[in-house]
Amino acid sequence: MEKPQHNPAAISRRQFLKYTALAGAASVLAACGANTGSTPTPSSQQAASSPGTSLPTPTVVSSQHLGSNAFDWQKYKGTSLKLLLNKHPYADALVADLQTFTDLTGIRVTYDIFPEDVYFDKVTTALSSRSSQYDALMTGAYQTWVYGPANWLVDLRQYIQDENLTNPDFDVQDFIPNILHSDSWSGKPGEAPGQGDAKQWALPFGFEINSLSYNKQVFAKHKLRVPRTLPEIIETAEYISKKEANMYGIGVRGSRSWATIHPGFLSAYTCYHARDFDDHLKAAMNSPQAVEMTKLWVQMIKKGGPPTWTQYTWYEVGNDLGAGKSAMIYDADILGYFQNRGTKAAGHIGWAPVAANPDDPKAYANVWIWSLAMSNFSNHKEATWYFLQWATGKAHLLKGAVEGDQVDPVRHSVANHPKVVAKLKQKYPGYLESFNQLIPNSKIYFTPQPLFFDVTTDWAATLQKMVTSGADVKASLDELAESINKKMADAGITQ
Amino acid sequence: MARRVATTNLQEGVAVAAAPPTPTAAARARWRPYLLVAPSIVLTIWVLYPFAQSVWYSLHHYVLSQPWSRPFVGLRNYQKIFTDPDFLHTVAVTLEYTLLAVAIELLLGMLLAFLLNRDSLLTKILRPLLILPLMVAPAIGSLIWKLETNPQFGFVNFFMSFIGQRYFPWGSSPRTALLTVVLVDVWIFTPFIALLLLAGLRSLPQQPFEAARLDGAGAWFTFRTLTLPMLMPYILIAVMFRILDSLQQFDIIYAMTQGGPGDTLMTFQLRAYLEAFTFLRLSESAALILVLWVITYAISYVMVRYWNRARAHLRGA
Repeated sequence: MEKPQHNPAAISRRQFLKYTALAGAASVLAACGANTGSTPTPSSQQAASSPGTSLPTPTVVSSQHLGSNAFDWQKYKGTSLKLLLNKHPYADALVADLQTFTDLTGIRVTYDIFPEDVYFDKVTTALSSRSSQYDALMTGAYQTWVYGPANWLVDLRQYIQDENLTNPDFDVQDFIPNILHSDSWSGKPGEAPGQGDAKQWALPFGFEINSLSYNKQVFAKHKLRVPRTLPEIIETAEYISKKEANMYGIGVRGSRSWATIHPGFLSAYTCYHARDFDDHLKAAMNSPQAVEMTKLWVQMIKKGGPPTWTQYTWYEVGNDLGAGKSAMIYDADILGYFQNRGTKAAGHIGWAPVAANPDDPKAYANVWIWSLAMSNFSNHKEATWYFLQWATGKAHLLKGAVEGDQVDPVRHSVANHPKVVAKLKQKYPGYLESFNQLIPNSKIYFTPQPLFFDVTTDWAATLQKMVTSGADVKASLDELAESINKKMADAGITQ
Repeated sequence: MARRVATTNLQEGVAVAAAPPTPTAAARARWRPYLLVAPSIVLTIWVLYPFAQSVWYSLHHYVLSQPWSRPFVGLRNYQKIFTDPDFLHTVAVTLEYTLLAVAIELLLGMLLAFLLNRDSLLTKILRPLLILPLMVAPAIGSLIWKLETNPQFGFVNFFMSFIGQRYFPWGSSPRTALLTVVLVDVWIFTPFIALLLLAGLRSLPQQPFEAARLDGAGAWFTFRTLTLPMLMPYILIAVMFRILDSLQQFDIIYAMTQGGPGDTLMTFQLRAYLEAFTFLRLSESAALILVLWVITYAISYVMVRYWNRARAHLRGA
């Protein structure tokens, strides 16, 4: 349902003084560990590393500093931009700071916010109609595999590489490489994100790693060890479901939608070294590893999952954890983060990585990346680029992480910042440790191809059949793979 | 110019006409009929243009994300629909939903109409309350019932626990999902049928009923031979509206289960919606909607004929 909100609230004088003081203190720190701007090179690689370990002292680029560098932020003063946003705490953090951008650039920003159930339908309608109504929009990486090749989005490389349009503190190398590259794709079906002539369809501004969030009180009560593998999760979930009235063991998504496949399911799937497609773009959901993992997943839901699993979206999964209706969830780490405040389970939520495969101790996690993209139909592309580089820049992302809920940070400097680290350690103990263990092996593990939504929706429907109708797992996955191969051939993607 | 006018006597008379009409008045008189029908023509074009566009799209291969390539493929999209192994299931679930929902709504609606067709304080209070579910958007109604049928905190399953059905699955099981969405439909739209039938009951002439009472006819006899036949046109109208609406039902099912579990509730509208907005295959979506239109048109044609026959029967024709 459309809920247009047209102007950001003005900040009070007290708030302005507070922010300026913070910015002033931050700029002192910046002077101590100055990071010279370098010409952004999108193809350069930087090894992902854990926050707080071997990186240089994190730099803080305050809004005040941004305004005082040589870059002409006021070049597009007087322009008006409109954003299309999804109802999400990341969007809330962005909206709360929009006045800062307006003060810096003189560009006025308005926005529309839609709930996630209908958000991407709205995006599809807006972009496919070639409307210039929206200049920038929130998107996920998977959506860029459709929107990008359709020429609905702008390849941002041209702006990133333009020194006249990109401020020297943008520092594209500060982005966590796995995350930045996940928003880039060449358009060639089967080619991994960030490979070949990958176009940068969007810039990340917040992401989610899939891990286990659990209720520490329940585990303490039953003296349970936090499970790490899928068989352990099944055993623990089944035990809790039997022992606790009005509580089930493990919450996972189950709606008939692509969103059911990408979080916990695909992460565990990857741990079993299963793939969605092989190197020849043939469906691989019926490989022996995939069948083994899927059987366990179905078993997990039946023995310890939510009673109305087929209707569960991320809202239900998260709300149940917060309401004390579930003991664990295998979903986005930020889902547990949001439930750790103002809920029945507040203060009692812990996080742990999942190395689902007992034969492989490595924890792999698929990621969901909220990103900002530029509409190819915008009449204010340069001004929109100003907005994008600000919204994904160090200053705003740091503010979002410290004062808002804009975690997980997509930049090293923000993830390593003492304030961010202190906040997470103090209020969300275990969150950072889980994040650090998962980040080296966290990326998008799907194979980019234009029928992504067909494939994952059919996959979710098949999963539902296996859980609710008791359909044979191997036979169902064989049928799914055959159907997908036919669709890929009909679409001309494979022979 | 003299003009002939009819006179009340048998003699033909010629009246001397008043001054001849001015050119402006004559032009206005010429154009008046066209101006009067112009709004309806505009409306017709407004309706027909998108319909024609849908037909056009259905004969092409049109993917929204590939607007530069829209080859003409003739009836290939239709061939794909009819040879799809899931097509029969789609037809079956669409018709099952329609028949179940309309049948239950008709029975309950008629019962409510008869109960409310009395003048008492209670009926005066209940009549406006009856409309409340009808004021709820179907998608919102579906979401409300999705929460209320949650076995962990919904009140429905709380009461079901008294008969040992604490974890009745409702929308999350293929065995009960259809019943669940039908019940939501019944909750929202039974008042529609009840109101139509109530209006019908109130408009029936009283003399036949008085005569039957005087002759000592029983309630069932009166209902079967007088009330039902006279109410038939209203029943048919109400049923026709609900059938047409139920065939196109989307929001209740989408809000509750998105067409699941599995493909349990994948009706025409659900499939068409997913084809257009999730998979971006506009031409296949258009073809599905046009197949549904043919089914809907055929059913409404038959129903309108029955309705005309019922009205003629009442007039004694």
